[in-house]
Amino acid sequence: MRTLRFLLQKEFRQIFRDPSILRIILIMPVIQLLILPWAADYEMKNIKLAVVNQDGSEYARQLVNKITSSGYFELTAYTASYDEVLREVEKDNADVVLQIPVQFEKKLVKEDEAALFMAVNAINGVKAGIGSAYLRSIIQDYNREVRLEWIQMPRFSTETQVAITSSNWFNPLMNYKYFMVPGILVILLTMVGTNLAAINIVKEKEIGTIEQINVTPVKKYHFILGKLIPFWILGLLVLTIGLIISRLFYGILPAGSFLTIYVFAAVYLLAVLGLGLLLSTYSTNQQQAMLLSFFLMMIFILLGGLYTSIDSMPEWAKWITRFNPVSYFIEVMRMVILKGSTLADIKSHLLIMSGFAIGFNAWAVISYRKRS
Amino acid sequence: MSNSMITAENLTKRFGDFVAVDHISFEVNKGEIFGFLGANGAGKTTAMRMLCGLSLPTSGKGTVAGFDIYKDNEKIKQNIGYMSQKFSLYDDLTVKENMRFYGGIYGMTNDFIRKKTAFILHHLHLEKEGDVLVKSLPLGWKQKLAFSVAIFHEPQIVFLDEPTGGVDPVTRREFWSMIYQAAELGITIFVTTHYMDEAEYCNRVSIMVDGKVEALDTPAQLKRTYAAASMDEVFLKLARKAVRGE
Repeated sequence: MRTLRFLLQKEFRQIFRDPSILRIILIMPVIQLLILPWAADYEMKNIKLAVVNQDGSEYARQLVNKITSSGYFELTAYTASYDEVLREVEKDNADVVLQIPVQFEKKLVKEDEAALFMAVNAINGVKAGIGSAYLRSIIQDYNREVRLEWIQMPRFSTETQVAITSSNWFNPLMNYKYFMVPGILVILLTMVGTNLAAINIVKEKEIGTIEQINVTPVKKYHFILGKLIPFWILGLLVLTIGLIISRLFYGILPAGSFLTIYVFAAVYLLAVLGLGLLLSTYSTNQQQAMLLSFFLMMIFILLGGLYTSIDSMPEWAKWITRFNPVSYFIEVMRMVILKGSTLADIKSHLLIMSGFAIGFNAWAVISYRKRS
Repeated sequence: MSNSMITAENLTKRFGDFVAVDHISFEVNKGEIFGFLGANGAGKTTAMRMLCGLSLPTSGKGTVAGFDIYKDNEKIKQNIGYMSQKFSLYDDLTVKENMRFYGGIYGMTNDFIRKKTAFILHHLHLEKEGDVLVKSLPLGWKQKLAFSVAIFHEPQIVFLDEPTGGVDPVTRREFWSMIYQAAELGITIFVTTHYMDEAEYCNRVSIMVDGKVEALDTPAQLKRTYAAASMDEVFLKLARKAVRGE
């Protein structure tokens, strides 16, 4: 135990003497949490709409008015020539094109039926999908208004309508920040944990001090604990800073208890730090360690359910996410923050994460050799 | 227990097809200053790393401080000091903090650490630098400090791997006087060097060529055997046979 005390004392001294580590721990999370949630926005706004109005009637004008006043669209072109608009699409000045053909009003009035044409610039698939869906629903809305106006005697409605009233559970306002911020915090914690642990040990390898430690009677598990504990504490500090920012800037207060979050985070950090240790045993210099961790981080983030829903991934990808510690923590964060899940609810997550923690650390201890 | 602190018997280390250390055998006596010479790439560091328990031998036998280098490598570590080619103190810790750390992990008591630290600082005339970060010290001082830290826990044997590389002649002389003082305290010294004048300071010298120990004797006897005026000449005569480049 005494050996461990000396190791910890040394580690903390080095950490607090290194301004770059303090910057990573204190400033990076603040900046990321302040900027990323605003940029990682699912709501589509400023969709560039080009209208080809070949009708010029009152109804056509009304429709365009209704679309632009919805707030989602920005009218970038309004012309009567389809070719002109196509050029705008090519120049990336239009995401969605709405064509109102000749005699739109006439057909609507006389034949009770009119056609509109919509073209979507599908280079950005998400924007195209959401943009066209918005447009569709606005047009449908418009359609209903027009029909209602035309029904003369509203005693018996000639039109059957199914009205849907929906309520969003757990996130009533569908505030995507409630959804994104906890996820981003998880990613931050993962990066800080893995990188700090990996870089720290590899740095000792590069300088040669690790060899000096290896000729001392310091036991492997002492050495590894001496590295784990300080970064574990730093990780919890980053989490605390992150939760404070979530509260102050996004008004996010967990529906569940902080204790649940911290208990899970404590185990999670052990797993992530263990992974960092493991990476360090397989790297001989900092570049290698960084590249390895960067590679893993990409997979962790993209297969972690932060940006895309795991439920809609193909089976094989879902299977991979089960080996991704990030996906569990993101899920737990959302469960606790939005749904108010308790320790009992996240029991299985906690068990699996303990498995990760034990697995990674045991692997790291085994592959860290004092003797080559 | 015999008088020998280090024994090596046909000690061999292979890296794939490459035989870095090829069946070397020697003994080092208690209190001796043993010079371990050889050109770059002759296998000195590899041999030393096997004795220190940093590298597992491919074959052969060896003991250090009476302990077997295969089975008891962790026990050996309590009894040896090691100073590698790379500077191995923590740059971002102060002189005192380094001593406290290394003393601590060898299990020295707080009282011992305090007294020993004061003694070393006084001895090296570094009293004022005790709270200075190691990185701000000049190389010569760092090397002397590294040596002091390597023998801080008063080991039976200290392994020095080219301790005076890149150090000026005055500091080298001072360094060797520190080595002599340590030897007087009964610490066995196992030292590799490239400087032949330093070889003259050793009680006995071995010269490695291409992974093998080609010669082992006192400097005076070696000069006689090879009809050489200086150790320099002895070394050149032997090293010329080397096939391996750097």
